[in-house]
Amino acid sequence: MLAHIVRRLFQGLIVMLAVGLVSFSLVSFVGDPVASLLGLDTPQSAREQLKEELGLNDPFVVQYGAFLLRAAQGDFGLSYTSSRPVIEVIAERLPATIELTLVSALLAIVVAIPMGVYTALHRHTWGARLLLILSLVGVSLPTFVIGIMLILVFSVSLGWLPSFGRGELVQLGWWSTGLASASGWKSILMPAASLALVQMTFTMRLIRSEMLEVLRTDYIRFARARGLPDRAVHFQHALKNTLVPVVTVIGLQVGTLLAFAIVTETVFQWPGMGLLFIQSVSTVDVPVMTAFLMVVGFAFVVVNLTVDLLYLAIDPRIRIAE
Amino acid sequence: MSELAPAFMRRGPLRLWRSDFVYSFRTSPVAVVSALVCVLFVAGALLAPWVAPTNPYDLKTLDLMDSRLPPAWMAGGDPRYLLGTDNQGAGVLSSILFGARVSLLVGFASVFLSMVMGVALGLVSGYFGGHIDAIIMRIADVQLTFPAILVALLLGGIADAALPEHTRASVSLLVLVVAIGISNWVQFARTVRGSTMVQINREYVLAARILGLSDLRIIARHVLPNIMGPVLVIATIGLAFAVITEATLSFLGVGVPITEPSLGMLIRFGYDYLFSGEWWVVVFPSGALVLLALAVNLLGDWFRDTLDPNVQ
Repeated sequence: MLAHIVRRLFQGLIVMLAVGLVSFSLVSFVGDPVASLLGLDTPQSAREQLKEELGLNDPFVVQYGAFLLRAAQGDFGLSYTSSRPVIEVIAERLPATIELTLVSALLAIVVAIPMGVYTALHRHTWGARLLLILSLVGVSLPTFVIGIMLILVFSVSLGWLPSFGRGELVQLGWWSTGLASASGWKSILMPAASLALVQMTFTMRLIRSEMLEVLRTDYIRFARARGLPDRAVHFQHALKNTLVPVVTVIGLQVGTLLAFAIVTETVFQWPGMGLLFIQSVSTVDVPVMTAFLMVVGFAFVVVNLTVDLLYLAIDPRIRIAE
Repeated sequence: MSELAPAFMRRGPLRLWRSDFVYSFRTSPVAVVSALVCVLFVAGALLAPWVAPTNPYDLKTLDLMDSRLPPAWMAGGDPRYLLGTDNQGAGVLSSILFGARVSLLVGFASVFLSMVMGVALGLVSGYFGGHIDAIIMRIADVQLTFPAILVALLLGGIADAALPEHTRASVSLLVLVVAIGISNWVQFARTVRGSTMVQINREYVLAARILGLSDLRIIARHVLPNIMGPVLVIATIGLAFAVITEATLSFLGVGVPITEPSLGMLIRFGYDYLFSGEWWVVVFPSGALVLLALAVNLLGDWFRDTLDPNVQ
């Protein structure tokens, strides 16, 4: 058990080192800090001196170590485009992305669980078959196409919902929330729905297959033999046992969610971290790109580790196998 | 041999027609329809310069008088432009045909790259085992913690930022292929490794070893042909993934150059004109992309059900 945790921590550390290496190479290969700091007519000796002072002559490993140390303290330098500390720019965009992903995850779960249960319980009905075909269509629909179609229908044709931005924001300390106003809720509806669709199809299929498996087990048969009503068997016995793996897999989906948030935020001009990243790519704002890489990498490692530990806590069979 | 050849040729097509594989294809309407759609797309893309009504790349033939025309069946439509025109006067149908060319080129090339990478690493991993296996599989594990689309996006974005401005356009297709290819090799490697480990314990591999054949020859001539079934399944589904990823990257502006618009790039152009009422500029390329991805996915699903004995 302890060995398992240590091994996972170690693996997380390796991931962070690898992500750090990619970010660091980005910093060191893109652009020349000496050229950007000094004028064209600076003598070569002054250039060499600055190079020495900046530590650019140090061995690669030393420079990499210094970079990691600064990154661990949240120091990613100044953004090229806004000349503000990168960590500040990112912190400002964080609430938008977190609100978007949370609302879409909730939406996906609320819709996918009943659909998954329905398709498992009424396997051979037309409704269940239709939902399964629709889920395959959902897999083939790129996120940005869903977003564009939503805008076309609800903003352009019907004019019901705004096509971009977060609506009216309310400031709670450093956290700016759009969920406290009606216009904020109207704005989040379409981005959250298009982001939710990705997970919805996946979660529905997962719940269906897990449910089908659980329904074949002996304790379900025994529950039926005891004469329990269908409702109790399906929801109190079967669904409860289905949810254990489903919850953890949904947790692991957070990573996919972050990736697709980049796409959704671009389509709806949602001022979150994903949009920031795409903007930094087009303006070659290297400090912002590296910081985004590190923050996302860190989020992944933390989520994976948490889900792993959650799995250990929920499912005793894994602990015995260890 | 010369006496046998005609007999074999007479019997060949019939045997093929009666084989399990073709039988289950013939009797599955979903498979036939999706294969037909795929063939249409590939043919349309390959023959685009000849079958497309107009050439959207040839600026001389574009006429601004023809810009923003609705589809031919609507009021004000022009029969020369079946699906309407964009703001440059290029026909949407022709743009889709030429765009599918770029999408499929990047799709096939990147799947080929992931397949070569994944199969080679998977074979080495499964055949030799030990430390090599451990290292390759750890790398695969680490990469799998990130969704493939994010890996492709990061690689594409970083390469875009790292390359100097003037070389960017000329190599951007290559960058895209490499980024998508690398993001998707793990699936191949894992499957190939698993099947290789099963195959190397079979007697025919043992026999080849006793004959003193080299490792390379055993891997290439004896193991490889026996593990290609599942690889084909993953390659098909991988093609749908690659086409969608390419479209997404192009939409985000880190994909194909503007001069060679793929389906994703066309959708991006249309997205800029969403509010001008010219819905056909964005809806038809989107429809084409979804249709292509869906057909390839359905075909891949059918492949898996037919080739995988576990499902039957």
